[in-house]
Amino acid sequence: MSHSDDLIRLSAAELAGRLGRGEVSSVEATQAHLDRIAAVDGAVHAFLHVNAEGALRAAAEVDRARAAGESLGELAGVPIAIKDVLVTEGMPSTSGSKILEGWIPPYDATPVRKVREAGLVPLGKTNMDEFAMGSSTEHSAYGPTHNPWDLDRIPGGSGGGSAASVAAFEAPLALGSDTGGSIRQPAHVTGTVGVKPTYGAVSRYGSIALASSLDQIGPVTRTVLDAALLQDVIAGHDPHDSTSIAEPWPSMAEAVRRADVQGLRIGVVKELDTDGFQTGVRQRFHESLELLERNGAEIVEVEAPNFEHAIAAYYLILPAEASSNLAKFDSVRFGLRVTPQGGGTVEQVMAASREAGFGPEVKRRIILGTYALSAGYYDAYYGSAQKVRTLVQRDFDQAFAKVDVLATPTAPTTAFKLGEKLDDPLAMYLNDIATIPANLAGVPGISLPAGLAPEDGLPVGIQFLAPARQDARLYNVGGALERLLEAEWGGPLLAKAPDLSTHELTATEEGAL
Amino acid sequence: MPEISAEQVAHLANLARIALTEEEIAHLTTELGQIMQAVEQVNQVATPDVPPTSHPIPMQNVFRADVVTDDVLTPEQALSGAPERDGDRFVVSAILGEEQ
Repeated sequence: MSHSDDLIRLSAAELAGRLGRGEVSSVEATQAHLDRIAAVDGAVHAFLHVNAEGALRAAAEVDRARAAGESLGELAGVPIAIKDVLVTEGMPSTSGSKILEGWIPPYDATPVRKVREAGLVPLGKTNMDEFAMGSSTEHSAYGPTHNPWDLDRIPGGSGGGSAASVAAFEAPLALGSDTGGSIRQPAHVTGTVGVKPTYGAVSRYGSIALASSLDQIGPVTRTVLDAALLQDVIAGHDPHDSTSIAEPWPSMAEAVRRADVQGLRIGVVKELDTDGFQTGVRQRFHESLELLERNGAEIVEVEAPNFEHAIAAYYLILPAEASSNLAKFDSVRFGLRVTPQGGGTVEQVMAASREAGFGPEVKRRIILGTYALSAGYYDAYYGSAQKVRTLVQRDFDQAFAKVDVLATPTAPTTAFKLGEKLDDPLAMYLNDIATIPANLAGVPGISLPAGLAPEDGLPVGIQFLAPARQDARLYNVGGALERLLEAEWGGPLLAKAPDLSTHELTATEEGAL
Repeated sequence: MPEISAEQVAHLANLARIALTEEEIAHLTTELGQIMQAVEQVNQVATPDVPPTSHPIPMQNVFRADVVTDDVLTPEQALSGAPERDGDRFVVSAILGEEQ
């Protein structure tokens, strides 16, 4: 194993340790990841933009600061990939849409500013379903991302690019956004870790809004500790986001380091433990629970009768909010402008620009949202969906009165084939059946690898959910389960992923360092 | 639930300012019907006694002093992505058409 191959396979925490001890420079670590991207991203397509020059400059600055003895954050010098939903100074930000092709924002999103201030090194922007609408990245205007476990399969979505980038060892860390599962479901299908923090834990300032009452930014990583370290960097109050939670947060990394499930009460949601989930997904889910039980956790069944209405409520609330949020793409201040033949009024220019700039799923949801909000239907649809939201919250309240955390499989199936569900929106929407309730209620959730499904050899995730503001409980149970499973497997699950080097386009660059 | 017609979809597209093609309208009319059928189950449980929730975390409105801080965009930054500009102004097409 060459030096650079070794560097890309380290966790962020391990790499940070080596950087801190001066065993490796940030420039070396960054170059190793850029080389990996050059070698495998032609096949994976996790990135929409790679900023090699900017990354090496940022890395050199961290190396200089370290040499000068300046005080640095724990993850300083570690590379990170950024989902294209977050605006970034100096890097194009498209949210996977043609309507924003080439747009370079004049400011950084708060989570981006925070990772830069902590000395992390942004490598580039990752692929996603257009405006985060989708579960497969197939709705990206720039072509799909491929799952590193099987390049013919979906990497999940909307944050398939971020998940695939860490799964393919192109970055140790990535930022994602989760509106109905866009961090957790990609983690499930790529054998990685994804966390949706409590709503308001991480600022949404500079996150190109999909549904403002559901969106949350969070970490995408290969280990639970790395997710915790990243959440510690990006969480916290931001005056630029009026929905940002003002109270301070405990260290999530501490929760992982002290992880212990002795006496922890884990509730299994009965409604999400059914035949509707693939056999191997359920099998790994129950094996994980048994492992936790043997190590002192108490497993009980809980009921959440209103979860079955969550998808329906979500597909009214999300399009309603999205149709309003996406009105800003009006061809006036930024983004695409298309003028009809022979000119036109501003309304005609707007309509032509939006027709040309939006893809089919975005149009579908804008029209659906406009319908759900229109006079005469508002109470029946949007109003009723908001009531379901109350009922889902009550289910969570009742469950958390009995248990500390809830457990579910993260998604119904392992990664499906690209194209398989593209023409059936309702089938696609079902991917998020287990992840949507958390967004409706604002509670935090984590997905971490639970093994490979025996029937197809593809990764399976397990999801834990905690009460609002109790994100540390997720890191406790996630950190404990990861340790127990890796002891059984003899290493991380991703060690079993196929070697992408057979797809390398420029193998001669290997070992260039 | 009322059937969704092509005329309705065309009207919604006009409200949403998207110049959909006839083909897109036809396709969306079928799909919207199917999706609305799937989601109208919310009415089964949304009884009058259940209060609606608009926001996941209960919050008070947030106020700040009405002063310009030093972290606002400059005119140059604000105009940096404009499709068309004239000095410090965005240029837009005519608001009214000839027949108006």
